[in-house]
Amino acid sequence: MKPQARPMFDARSVPGDLCPIATVPNPMRPGDWRSMRPVVDRQKCVKCAVCWLYCPVQCIVEKPAWFDIGYATCKGCGICAQECPQRAISMIPEAAA
Amino acid sequence: MAFQPVKFYQTGTFTVGNRLLAPEERSVQADMARINSLNSGHRACQGCGEALGARYAIDAAMRSTGNRLIAANATGCLEVFSTPYPETSWQIPWIHSVFGNAAAVATGIAAALKVKGHAEVRVVAQGGDGGTTDIGFGCLSGMFERNDDVLYICYDNEAYMNTGVQRSSATPPGARTATTMAVGPQPGNCFGQGKDLPRIAMAHGIPYVATATVADLRDLEYKVARAMSFHGARYLHILVPCPVGWGHGSHETIRIARLARETGLFPVFEAEDGEVTGVSKIRKPVPVEEYLRPQKRFAHLFGRPPRIDIIAGLQEIADRNIRRYGLLDSTD
Repeated sequence: MKPQARPMFDARSVPGDLCPIATVPNPMRPGDWRSMRPVVDRQKCVKCAVCWLYCPVQCIVEKPAWFDIGYATCKGCGICAQECPQRAISMIPEAAA
Repeated sequence: MAFQPVKFYQTGTFTVGNRLLAPEERSVQADMARINSLNSGHRACQGCGEALGARYAIDAAMRSTGNRLIAANATGCLEVFSTPYPETSWQIPWIHSVFGNAAAVATGIAAALKVKGHAEVRVVAQGGDGGTTDIGFGCLSGMFERNDDVLYICYDNEAYMNTGVQRSSATPPGARTATTMAVGPQPGNCFGQGKDLPRIAMAHGIPYVATATVADLRDLEYKVARAMSFHGARYLHILVPCPVGWGHGSHETIRIARLARETGLFPVFEAEDGEVTGVSKIRKPVPVEEYLRPQKRFAHLFGRPPRIDIIAGLQEIADRNIRRYGLLDSTD
């Protein structure tokens, strides 16, 4: 998981009799929804961070010389492959991966 | 060192990656210390524009208020995918009431904060286009009229996507939804031309009204920061394509939003006190067919025979927007 600058909301700080409050951080790892898997070509990636900006689920992980995909949360929408100005991301079928 | 040629493809984005900018010019999302208000792990569909737009808008609002922000949320996709009880993806104080009264709840929060002397805590109300243009419109208009200190953000995906793509009053003409099927002499949405809520908000004379799309996220962040610099009722209308309801590929969300702006069907502008103060110019207007063709909700317009009259009507709306807001870049 990506490093969190601030700790998660502490549920114990809420009085129990106030009202029902959803305090469990969503534990879902929607990576198994994926039918197409984005794969980054490390030679082509110039770290322009366009994929980072446009990813709806923030699954892009920064590596020293390239951006990689966090496959636990990536839903495989393919926005990163569409928007990459370097064509460094290709979508391959999950069955072949 | 061997020279390695680097080829850039024109993907339509003019977003420069954060690594090339000075730190103060970088986007909120480039900051590792950002609040990350809408955490990953939510149940939004693949390629959801609303999840992207909501995270940018709320993160930018959190930064400009110094993390002192309360959000009220109308029922809709955004509320349903982010908070199935007892789980939540929000890392901010967040309240969901019912479908139509997000503006009223936010008004109440703002009033309570004022009474308690917490002037530094700001309030955001957010909802989809159904909860804004249809059901919550009375509350929203009242909020504008009283000029309560609330920023209302509408994520416009042009139908009730959460309940199965029913027509809303923001649905464009000719679009197929579950309640306006592509049958008969007037296929698709045969009612009106879509409610133009930004102009209705401008008519209230509130301090700030703006529109944005998820294709230009820096513009979106700028507009949220600009809105938070005002006090009083403010309105931000964000176009968020919905791959499920609009029937385009999940990878095309950003491209469709960009085409909506470049055709003129969705004018991107900002207005202060009812006067338009800035527009996002279109470099080269795109015919509306390019925007309509990738979307299955408009597929019946390109069937046999094609409904050239409806396409021409949509083109007329785009041309009218271009004229009305002066969207064309006259320097070219």
